[in-house]
Amino acid sequence: MPSVPPALVFLVASLPVPFLRGALRKGWLLAIPVVSFFCLLSAPEGASWQVEAFGNTLTLLQVDQTSLLFGYVFHIAAFLGLLYALHVKDTTQQVAATIYAGTALGAVFAGDMITFWLFWEGMAFSSVFLILARRQKSSNKIAMHYLLVQLLSGLLLLVGIAVHLHADGGSLAMARLTPEGIGHSIFDPSWAGVGTWLIFLALGIKCAWPLMHNWVTEGYPAATPTGAVFLSAFTTKCAVYALVRLFPGTEELIWIGVGMAAFPIFYAVIENDLRRVLCYSMINQIGFMVVGVGIGTELALNGAMAHAFCDIIFKGLLFMTMGAVLFRTGRINGSDLGGLHRTMPFTTICCTVGAASISAFPLFSAFISKSLIMVAAAHEGYHGVWLVLLFAAAGVFHHAGIKIPFFAFFAHDSGLRPKEAPPNMLLAMGVSAAACIALGCVPALLYDQLPYAIPDYAAPYTWPHVIQQTQLLVWSALAFATLMLLGLYPPELRSVNLDADWWYRKATRGLVAFVAGPLMAFFGLLSRTVHETIPRGLGYFAKNPGGAMRLAFDRFLLGWAGFFRSMDAIDRAQARLTGDQARYQATSPGAAWPIGTTVLYSAVAFLIFLLLYLF
Amino acid sequence: MSHAPIPTEPVFNPEDPEVPVPVREGPDEGTWFTRNVRRIIIGLYITAALMVLLDLVYTKHSHFPEEDWFGFYGFYGFVGCVTLVLLAKLLRKFVMRSEDYWDA
Repeated sequence: MPSVPPALVFLVASLPVPFLRGALRKGWLLAIPVVSFFCLLSAPEGASWQVEAFGNTLTLLQVDQTSLLFGYVFHIAAFLGLLYALHVKDTTQQVAATIYAGTALGAVFAGDMITFWLFWEGMAFSSVFLILARRQKSSNKIAMHYLLVQLLSGLLLLVGIAVHLHADGGSLAMARLTPEGIGHSIFDPSWAGVGTWLIFLALGIKCAWPLMHNWVTEGYPAATPTGAVFLSAFTTKCAVYALVRLFPGTEELIWIGVGMAAFPIFYAVIENDLRRVLCYSMINQIGFMVVGVGIGTELALNGAMAHAFCDIIFKGLLFMTMGAVLFRTGRINGSDLGGLHRTMPFTTICCTVGAASISAFPLFSAFISKSLIMVAAAHEGYHGVWLVLLFAAAGVFHHAGIKIPFFAFFAHDSGLRPKEAPPNMLLAMGVSAAACIALGCVPALLYDQLPYAIPDYAAPYTWPHVIQQTQLLVWSALAFATLMLLGLYPPELRSVNLDADWWYRKATRGLVAFVAGPLMAFFGLLSRTVHETIPRGLGYFAKNPGGAMRLAFDRFLLGWAGFFRSMDAIDRAQARLTGDQARYQATSPGAAWPIGTTVLYSAVAFLIFLLLYLF
Repeated sequence: MSHAPIPTEPVFNPEDPEVPVPVREGPDEGTWFTRNVRRIIIGLYITAALMVLLDLVYTKHSHFPEEDWFGFYGFYGFVGCVTLVLLAKLLRKFVMRSEDYWDA
């Protein structure tokens, strides 16, 4: 196979998709990731496919162990996603998904920041169609929110790259911006400038950092049943990849990651939309990866990458099972579901495997990846960080591991008896579940692909680790069961929960109302005063200054007389005013001013202007 | 609990309104799970007890002092999850809104 950048294979292969029908289209779609994967296997280490553009060398294919690892898992995700979505007749979705996967691969194999940025934007524009394809009024609105946030990230990245290159004197290479070693601060001026901060922030938005995370929790649940599977795989993990590349050992990432791991689990417990629960648990999992990047030791970076690899598969699997439920029942709220294990047994089993994987049960995938990050944190002596991560690990079992399968497939009987998912969905879920178990049982499958060796003290299958992890999880399950039996567990309620998206979904509406109402009225008044009232008054005054002043004085006298209610004085003032009005008409020069007067006024105005200008 | 009532007439799939979702007919026949809830929970409690007792039989390689406590992981998981749920219930008081909140 020739070595071709995967992005090129995907993008070119997506072109004929709308024109193919039936089995041919299905075969074509499944062949894309397979062909691309074999092309990738023959790609040489290092940079190839370089083109000169914009006065820089753009590298389309930069192959090393980090990009290969993400490249492999993105191919797996693309294949499983396309298999899962094979029954979809809407070609918009299939083309969008193919381009989306291709641009994500393009970003991963980009050797320079400009290429990376181009594909970064490509991901934004292609992925939004997976939300638009739902073709509902509410989801269209959410798609626009989603796109705006994505484009904001792209804009910050572009400006960041430009500043980094020209003002900070940095290079375009997709290589670490942090100095060698660990424990760097983003506020350290010796390596980080404004450009670096902007790049950091751009990655943070797509990484769903706290307060920038709502495009995930708002956007993904609005996507089509199959679209959410693709969405869950690429954008956020691409941001994690870029953090691993550019910012390893940036200490602030530890604290950001800890926040990401801790806060979403509270929302996940009370959320009703089960796909949104998965979004919150996804932020929680990315939190672990971000902590790993922040710690920045070889073990921690290995952990971040390994966990990203496992997460793409098990989170994809969980989104697949919930997508199957949504596809068959049209319902995704915990309050509307329950008891589906009766008629969807295979989906139930796959969901349970996904739940066990995300919860890091021994023999399931996260057990061998999350532990690397935990051990790295402990090994570097981050005691508080370790305690919060342990709490988050218990919490993720609680909401993603138990809540998702329990409220969808068990709990009370909703009375729904949907058919089992279609065969292609079952196959995709089955293969994903098998992959989760294979990774969990044979860690070497993944460890051998990692850039660094795994030290002995981090080996996952030791008696203490297996027993302690099982103890943590079983007692977490015990907490769930006990709270359920005592009736203390918060029931699934038909509701939504406010989050940071309130600021742009509600507060902005208030801002718009304020701008459209009081603020516009004020500026309208100001504008009329400055542009109409004052010039008209000045014009009237300048036409006949003496007459105008006399008339003003007469009106003042008339008012004064009225105030004292003296009929005599009123009559006199009225007579005076009438006389002056007649005189005003007679003495007003009208439109035709004598030239001399005009020159005099102009000279005075000019003099005033000069005097003002002096100061 | 504010669960949707158990439907007695065909319900439709909003994603695909042509196809009705089959619903339960007659009384619930139950499954192995619904008949064995009690046994599953008892099994869980026994497993939990066993997992803590296993703490006596292996050597810990601890990074931090609290890891050496007997049953630390179980205790931490249990207390952590109960705290999580109770705090989340409290969070509902502040952030929960009706389902049509965003459309209103």
